[in-house]
Amino acid sequence: MSGQGGLENINPQVYSRAAIRPEGPNDWNDDVPDLFDAREIFDLIRHIRDPEHPLSLEELNVVEESACEVEDMGEGGQGKVVVHFTPTIPHCSMASLIGLSIRLKLLQTLPARLKVDVRITPGTHASELAINKQLADKERVAAAVENPQLLEVTNKCLAPHQASPA
Amino acid sequence: MSGAERMTTALQTLTGHKDRVWNVSWNPQGTILTTCGTDHSIRIWAKEGDTWTSKNVMSDAHSRTVRCVAWSPCGNTLASASFDATVNIWDCKTADIECVATLEGHDNEVKCVSWSASGSLLATCSRDKSVWVWEVGEDDEYECLAVMPSHTQDVKKVTFHPSLDILASASYDNSIKLYKESNDDWSVFCTLNGHESTVWSIAFDGSGQRLASCSDDRTVKIWQEYQPGNNEGIATPNNEPVWKCVCTLSGFHNRAIYDIAWCRLTGAIATSCGDDVIHIFKEQPQSDKNAPMFDLILTIPQAHTDDVNSVSWNPTVAGLLASGSDDCTVKLWDFTHIF
Repeated sequence: MSGQGGLENINPQVYSRAAIRPEGPNDWNDDVPDLFDAREIFDLIRHIRDPEHPLSLEELNVVEESACEVEDMGEGGQGKVVVHFTPTIPHCSMASLIGLSIRLKLLQTLPARLKVDVRITPGTHASELAINKQLADKERVAAAVENPQLLEVTNKCLAPHQASPA
Repeated sequence: MSGAERMTTALQTLTGHKDRVWNVSWNPQGTILTTCGTDHSIRIWAKEGDTWTSKNVMSDAHSRTVRCVAWSPCGNTLASASFDATVNIWDCKTADIECVATLEGHDNEVKCVSWSASGSLLATCSRDKSVWVWEVGEDDEYECLAVMPSHTQDVKKVTFHPSLDILASASYDNSIKLYKESNDDWSVFCTLNGHESTVWSIAFDGSGQRLASCSDDRTVKIWQEYQPGNNEGIATPNNEPVWKCVCTLSGFHNRAIYDIAWCRLTGAIATSCGDDVIHIFKEQPQSDKNAPMFDLILTIPQAHTDDVNSVSWNPTVAGLLASGSDDCTVKLWDFTHIF
């Protein structure tokens, strides 16, 4: 943990935000099943706030559209969503919390037919395996959600907020 | 409708829970099904005519998730384990169910509770990495006999041997441990390593000489007991029995396997999984005890519309299985025709 309110990563690199999703030819056609795609998953998680900085996970390049995988079979089928996230530094003590926020956001918004896995981008964190195991354990995630202190922190990360001026 | 399709239709779906169902458990007589979950409630179901109906709801059984419920062997008492770090003891002798004791001591979430065959002992386990053994006294007195910080991580499951005072536990540390009492002291006498991730659940067979385990590594393992002086010539250090993995079932499930139940009546093994599937396995007749072969005899794809967290065989009606899921429902399955 960083001591006395000091930041672990004092000066993170800030990346530009993605443009608005371009409209597709079938977006307004009710006869076409609207399956989830990587951009839609990315749009759900890109605005999650970093616990340390007044920046979004997108602006810190913690989440990227290219690191969101989706296989959606539509209603009645079983699909999956795999999101890899990249902590800004390999010893980031906030990595579990960031992963938990991403997982909670996806659990709260996606239908049950999509199985969700949230993992650290391979090779980008010192405790990669331990954190991946924790995030995959739904019982621990369920218990975390019942913990008021932890919930307060994740809610802050997940709260809708105005993007800071570019 | 084809035979295969008919087999995969639930006998009945029990609705009422408002959130994830974590555990389903039959009373020893097989006349009552108890379910619990994230909505803090315990629900009691019994058969009325041909249908299972809700008989009782303890809506605020605990202040947080109720993770597990277990009936005493006499069927008069129910124990419930909760994320609120306590275990409640419920007197079920009359329809007016009453909480008669609360066992405190664990530091955080209690994950499981199990009664010994005699009903004189109770075991509990927690995320605090410890396994506790309690003595059941008269007048609803429960005395802690042992606190065993035996695992290095979260303990997911405890279960007693079907006839002896032997206890087994499964953990996030990938291991299974077996405990017994000697000279008034409970301790580990055997550690079972082999799973590559969290062991979510374990179940003894009727003889107590075998244990089945299921894991986040998506496999099921069968462990066989070898007593000192066994015919197979398996070494037994310290003159203690050893348990060896004699079979691994892999490639059947594609997510974490959350529960496993070994039927004492039919010998069938049921598994429930994060892939929404329930599988039923059975040992091949005349299979070698030291290298048994198990066949997948039935699959229920999409048994539920979300993760299946718990399965339990009815102890008196062969082939009657209950399952509980993240989809908030409990289902009853009738497999009488396959046994």
